[in-house]
Parts: sequence; C-alpha cells; structure tokens
Amino acid sequence: MKFLKNIFGNAREKARGVSERGILVFNHTSEVIEAESLLREAGLEVKVKGPPPEIQSGCDMVIEFPIMHQLQALDILEEKRIKPIQVTAVQDHLLEPVSLFNVKDFGEYLMVRAANMKITVDRQSLEIVNVSGGGCPDVPFLAEQMVGRRLHEAPEPRKYGRTLCGYSLQLAYEEMKRRCPG
Amino acid sequence: MSWLIVGTVPEEDFPLVHGPVVVRNQSLRVQEREVKIARGTPALAAFTAMAAREMDLAPPEVLLMGDTGSGQGSRKVYARLVEIMGELEVEGFTFHYLLPDIYWHNKVLWAIQEKQPSAVLVADAGFMYVAKMSGFSADYDLFTPDIGEMCFLADETAPHPFYTRGFLLEDESRVEEYISRAYSEQNAARHLLVKGARDYIVQDGQIMSTVSEPAVPAMEAIGGTGDSLTGIVTARLMAKEDIPAACHKSALTNRHLGVLGLPTPAFSIGELLPFLAGAMQETG
Repeated sequence: MKFLKNIFGNAREKARGVSERGILVFNHTSEVIEAESLLREAGLEVKVKGPPPEIQSGCDMVIEFPIMHQLQALDILEEKRIKPIQVTAVQDHLLEPVSLFNVKDFGEYLMVRAANMKITVDRQSLEIVNVSGGGCPDVPFLAEQMVGRRLHEAPEPRKYGRTLCGYSLQLAYEEMKRRCPG
Repeated sequence: MSWLIVGTVPEEDFPLVHGPVVVRNQSLRVQEREVKIARGTPALAAFTAMAAREMDLAPPEVLLMGDTGSGQGSRKVYARLVEIMGELEVEGFTFHYLLPDIYWHNKVLWAIQEKQPSAVLVADAGFMYVAKMSGFSADYDLFTPDIGEMCFLADETAPHPFYTRGFLLEDESRVEEYISRAYSEQNAARHLLVKGARDYIVQDGQIMSTVSEPAVPAMEAIGGTGDSLTGIVTARLMAKEDIPAACHKSALTNRHLGVLGLPTPAFSIGELLPFLAGAMQETG
C-alpha cells in the first residue's frame, strides 16, 4: 500500500484539494530577480514563472511562493523597499483577500474581526484585552506580544507574524486603529 | 489506550515533547516542561485533561513543539508523528495549531490510515485548514469551525480563511447554507461542530441539533474559547460518547463556563478553567 502511495501520491494530490501556492506580481523584471534571491535566502521555497493569463499587469515574470508565508514574504520585501503590485492565491482563477470587517460593540469593549482573526480593545484605556481566532502557530505568539498593551504602542502583527492568520490579524488591527485613533 | 493531542506551543525554544499531561497552577506540564494555559494547544489540552479527570479518565497525551509561525516546529511534529505512528496505542487524535502543509498532512493521514485505521480523527485550527486544502476532509470524523472558518469550508476555492470569497459573508443566518455547500463539495468532515451565537451539530450534512442557550456574548472575544470547546469534546470522545452527543453536551458545557465565570471580553481562558467542573455538572 505504501509503495502504491509513493507512486501515485503526487497524482492523488493534484486530483484533490486546492493549491497552497501564491503569486507575487511586480512591475519590473529586476524586482523579480532581487525578490527571488531575498525570499530564497530567507528559506522560502519560491519559483519564478510566467504569469497566468488572468494577470493583466506587471512584467513577464511572477514569483510563486508558499501562501501561508505571505506576511513573512511581504515583510522581507518591504525591508528592501520592494513592493509587489499584486499578491494572489493560485487557483483556477485569482482570489482576492477578504476586505470586509465584522465589528461587535460590547459597550466598554470593541471587537473587530477580519477573516478568521479577532482583536478586542478596551474603549477607554485602548488596551488590547484579547486576540482570538486563527489556526496558524504564530497566532498564540502574536496574542502574547499584543494582549495587555495599548493599541498604539503594541507591536504590529506584521512585526512578528509569518502567516496568513498573522496577516488577517494585521488587517483587523489596522481597522481597529482606524476606529480608535487614540 | 489513550488519546493524542497534536499541536504547537508559542515558544521558539520549546522542545519536542510527547507524553501524558498534568495541569497545575494555570500551567500544563509534560515531560518536565511547563507551558502557560493562555490559549492555543496548551489551553485545549488543559481542558481535555480537566474534563477527563471529571469523568474519571486518564489524561490525554500530547505531542508538542515550539513554533511561532516559521513552521519548523510543526514540521518536526509531523515527522515525529509519522515516525512513531506504528507504536502508538491511541483511540483517537485531535489535531490543532499546526502550520498548514499539504505534503506533511498527507503523510500523516496516510500513516494513520495504514497503522491506526480505527482511530477517531478530530481537526481544528491550522490542521483543519490543511485537511480541507488537501481535499481529504471527508476522511475526518469531526471539524470544529467557527463562523469565519465555516465560510472557508464552504468556499471550494479558498486555501485559507483569508482568501474566502466575498459572497460568502460571515452571516450567521446563512450557516445552514454554508454547511450544505461544504458537504456538497466534500469539504467537511463526517461531523461538524460549528461554533457561533448558535452552535450547530452536524452529521453527514444533516443538522442533528443546535445550542444557543445559555448565551454569554463576551465569550466570543476571549482567546481560547474555541480551544476549550474542542478540548471538552475530545474528553467526551475519550469517554466513547457518540460524536453528535459529545458535541451537544460540550457546547452546553462551554456556555455554562461563561455563566459561572461571568467573564468580560478581557478575561483569559485560563481564568475560566476553574469553572469547568461546575459547568460539566450543570450540563449533566
């Protein structure tokens, strides 16, 4: 059985599920080349490919990367001032990140949810009192860094986050800051 | 026979540990190592251990390693699990905070199916995401999504809740539609416990029961209330309860935690753990 799985494993994987890869689109080929080496040096498994037909912008090359590490990849590039013009998930068609926020008013406290991540703040003191949701391993770590600190003094999730859950928390955090300008 | 909880700890240098857990003073102890019960897999394991104690059961075992998001700890956990699969004496697995990785998910699932074919499989958090991504959701006995994750299961194209398409809004009034859609695309486990203002207990696409009372709204904001619920379900499955019944009772118990603990949205899940025994008594 194991022998057969080894032979047919890849075919089986391709026949099921969805892709765990994402695409970074850049304006210039030089950015693609520099981004590829930076991401590779950081240990991310990346490949340079031609863009799929749905992508109408950017140069003739894109970088395929493990999408769970989207936040880490963008952070590495931002440090070197390289900004992709588009980031998408690779499926039959392009997927866009969630852009809707769910807000819950507890009176003394305000909660903002983005995708699967929630952040809750004490309205008066602006202390972050809870971070919840998510499923990637950086979430409990981010919660430890942020809970108990004031909204405008806490480290941004993108500072320590590595995954799409971390990215969702960043969006929720930014929306919370917009609603509680301090 | 025991139960194995597989996940990670939010400390970079926490070593790979495997063994039964002990809960002591808001900490989880395994193999001479301690970790705080703040949220995540330590919270889940603590609630399982305490609920098991209330039912006169031995504590669960855990397989844990530190991982703060790089995935290195998760991959070591996956590799060790595959390595020891044949030696385990477990009735079931609860998978939790692990970096989604299709390659390792499939290795783990195939090892279970070959060496532990009768094990009950529960997946939550990152491992539920990768179970769906891999296309093998139907091989699992129970998923425990919240409303945002339910939308993700309902979207056959989304690799992560972050990419759930906009027409699948997080609208609790449409949960039944999301459940139906997830089953039609084979993106649901045989049972679902959908956590929300109303909890849904589902078997093979059929809603078996719902739980909406008692309601303590602050529980939604508290990090770890989903982990506590999955932990309590795990203990009830260790007691060999039927899966829908275990989910229904656990949903009630988790709500009674809120009634007894009277939390504000600023509570931590560790502060609710002392109320577990009372909440289980309230549930019956």
